[in-house]
Amino acid sequence: MKSDSNLEKVLAAGHFAVTGELGPPRGANLQAIKDKAAHLKGMVDAVNVTDNQTAVVRMASWAVSLVLREMGMEPNYQMVCRDRNRLAMQSDILGAAALGINTMLCLSGDHPSFGDHPQAANVHDIDSIQQLQMVTTMRDQGRFMGGAEIDTPPRMFVGAAANPFGDPFELRVLRLGKKVAAGADFIQTQCIYNMERFAEYMRQAVDMGLTEKTKLLAGVTPLKSAGMARYMAKKVPGMDVPDEVVKRIADQPKEKQAEEGIKLLCEQIEQLREMPGVAGIHLMAIEWEHRVPEIVERAGLLPRPQV
Amino acid sequence: MITAERKPMEEIFHSVEPYGKILLVGCNECVTVCHAGGRKEVAMLASALRMGRLKQGAPLTVDEMTLERQCDPEYAEELALVVDQYDAVCSMACGCGVQTVAERYQGLPVLPMVNTEFMGSSEKNGVWAERCAGCGNCVLGLTGGICPIARCSKRIFNGPCGGSSKGKCEISPDVDCAWQLIWDRLKQLGQTELYSQIMAPKDWRSARDGGPRRIVREDMAI
Amino acid sequence: MSDFEPVVVVFACDYCAYTAADVAGRMNLSYPSGVRILRVPCTGKVEPLYIMQALQKGADGVLVAGCLVGDCHFKNGNLRAAARVKRVQTLLDDIGIDGQRVAMVNVSAGQGAKFAEIATEFSNKIGEMGPNPIKQGAKAAA
Repeated sequence: MKSDSNLEKVLAAGHFAVTGELGPPRGANLQAIKDKAAHLKGMVDAVNVTDNQTAVVRMASWAVSLVLREMGMEPNYQMVCRDRNRLAMQSDILGAAALGINTMLCLSGDHPSFGDHPQAANVHDIDSIQQLQMVTTMRDQGRFMGGAEIDTPPRMFVGAAANPFGDPFELRVLRLGKKVAAGADFIQTQCIYNMERFAEYMRQAVDMGLTEKTKLLAGVTPLKSAGMARYMAKKVPGMDVPDEVVKRIADQPKEKQAEEGIKLLCEQIEQLREMPGVAGIHLMAIEWEHRVPEIVERAGLLPRPQV
Repeated sequence: MITAERKPMEEIFHSVEPYGKILLVGCNECVTVCHAGGRKEVAMLASALRMGRLKQGAPLTVDEMTLERQCDPEYAEELALVVDQYDAVCSMACGCGVQTVAERYQGLPVLPMVNTEFMGSSEKNGVWAERCAGCGNCVLGLTGGICPIARCSKRIFNGPCGGSSKGKCEISPDVDCAWQLIWDRLKQLGQTELYSQIMAPKDWRSARDGGPRRIVREDMAI
Repeated sequence: MSDFEPVVVVFACDYCAYTAADVAGRMNLSYPSGVRILRVPCTGKVEPLYIMQALQKGADGVLVAGCLVGDCHFKNGNLRAAARVKRVQTLLDDIGIDGQRVAMVNVSAGQGAKFAEIATEFSNKIGEMGPNPIKQGAKAAA
């Protein structure tokens, strides 16, 4: 094992993994984290803790990760390249590892122009692929990026994100390949609604042998309403929501749209379980943590394995 | 070229408020080409300043002069004969020109009249776009002639990020995705194998992060 | 204010507005005597600086009169002129002089009556706006 990560153990044992997500609060409210996290406990194998997502300031990802750790959960510590240079990244990784964070995710990060500090300088000292290399070098070779030796390297199970639907499509699997070459132990994808296009992506990834070198978790997000479906379809960059998916939710009366969204999600999870190369799902129930127990139950993903 | 744009008039009026007689100095190089600080723009701003100050009831004498290259001490020297007559020099050159003049005439206020923007090229008449970040270590040979530092919003060396959509960047439909352009050109050149190699983290010492930069040519600096 | 007769400088394109002014004259159509016509080969030749200098030298208003859209002898000189007029208007607003003292108009060579009408209307409008404010400022400073 490369780490003490629960996610690594679940995947290594061949289980179909389930990860969840938790967005830190916009304030120093510890209780809010605990309340949200409580819904996820025992329901998922690891919980992604987002890092200033959409470039909006929130509580530090490492701090919230530690809270989850103390609650007996496995945090997946997200780190974006937008806000830190290589010095800050490496020192944060050492601190996180020392305090029991075993899993992390390397990301570029949304551009500051989307967030609440559009005036901010954009760091991007290294990109997310170089960040992956940095973490695996720290872990496997016990060296910092600058070359110096590390006394007690951080034992991180390290992942990366992939968007199967960004453009150009032909680069999507190639770039996934670069992330695998950079040492990604696991991959979590952007939310999938276009199953056909995703299946094609997976076919290419399997053909290239990438799914033998990394564990790919397919991203899913329940559509809570027709409004949300339309927003995801039109406003979120790099998101592919087919018209029939929007229609299916919108055809329901308002009070039944959320239920239809969960039904659709369960069907998707069923399909994903059968899809070659898919090692698990990443369930991003955005501000819907309290529905996660119901969703994983109905999708037949309980109980979560104890490994 | 180095591109620039005239500062807002409000800011300009504020900066020249204490003065009664100024020398407005343009530059014949980049800022002439991008219509920000050449002879014509000097004349326009001079006219605007004269009229604006007349309207305020506080006339301003504005003399005009445009140097061949304001960032060159040799040409900045041309101001020596007249500069004593003025309360301030107002420069319409890029930041390099402003500083060259300020360095030569230490006792005189030298005020910038333009905001220096970026190193770019002309896309068409009246449109300029950023092309080079002056990072000190060019990778254009590996990226199909399109710079990932100057033209990717996240200066990603191993792009594109997940925000690339229909050839455009996530920040705006008006901004091309640099990595889409890179990929298209690599295909055209038959160099797609370059894409599969992971580009190493950049040594930013060659860029501004290593401290202010200087070039010394021993054979010429005699 | 009633004795204020505005000076309006008209940059008139040789291919249209200048001829139109001529036609107006021959038709004995009058327009205010403060309207001064300057012939230009095309409104595309009117630099923003010309407009600024006309105002700086005491004009109360400036008209740039070019061909009808689509009829420019040099393809798009009148469109360039319109864009430049817009830029000058913004600059004038920024320095505290109403940008409406400058305008772009389009007339064809045969439209003598229209030219006289436009010149009269614009002159009246400037008359209502009052003299170029830099004159007042110059007096106050003196």
